[in-house]
Amino acid sequence: MTTSAKSVRGLGSAGTGTQHHIRQRVTALALLFLVPWFLYSIIHACKAGYEGALTWAAQPLNAILLILTLSAALYHMRLGMQVVIEDYIAKSGTRQALLILNTFAVIALAAATILSVLKIWFTAGA
Amino acid sequence: MAGQGRADPRPLSPHLQIWKWHWTMAGSIFHRVSGVGLYGGAFLIGAWLIALATGPEAYAFVEAIVFSLPGQIVLFLWSMAVLYHFANGLRHLIWDGPMIGFSPGVASLWSMFNFAFAIIGAAVIWSLASFY
Repeated sequence: MTTSAKSVRGLGSAGTGTQHHIRQRVTALALLFLVPWFLYSIIHACKAGYEGALTWAAQPLNAILLILTLSAALYHMRLGMQVVIEDYIAKSGTRQALLILNTFAVIALAAATILSVLKIWFTAGA
Repeated sequence: MAGQGRADPRPLSPHLQIWKWHWTMAGSIFHRVSGVGLYGGAFLIGAWLIALATGPEAYAFVEAIVFSLPGQIVLFLWSMAVLYHFANGLRHLIWDGPMIGFSPGVASLWSMFNFAFAIIGAAVIWSLASFY
């Protein structure tokens, strides 16, 4: 039985993660207010058909809250999925690939959805 | 799972099979499960929003999927996942901020409440939404 320090050295905490933790909580705090609004709104919008949903999304306050909800939720879920990947994917190459894919997928979704909201907003008066 | 293929031999968390299930453990696991589910759900909501911005044909296509039986089932599961992740997330914030609710009895009861909140809450929202 060996208890040499060198066998455990460097295997403890990575020494980073505080910022990740805080960002997870701050986005959670924002979502605490945004998600109830979103649930209430999305039900009304969904039931109102194409024209109704469009009118709903084109109102400035709704468009702003939609963009805020999307931003907070997508950042929050990128952080969450990062931890899931780090916890379960042991193989270094696969892990790195999935971490990058996570970031790319979320940023692509953010770009596409926020642009959609802006398009609806800008074309509403036209 | 047993450590083969690990990049570095870091210690593993205890294996699920040797743990007796209890409420706080289930609560923690389902927080992660619902989070992963909501990750997928965000892409579906994104598809709805992109369709809305694209035009009436694209929207009609997505709307038909949303109001189909499989679509409604996915949407119901999504609503339960949102409510569960919301309630349990609030509990995490209360753990981290005011730091209350750590005693075993309170923690277990709170986990049960969160599951009940998700199931009953989803049922209430769906019945309100269908009657309204």
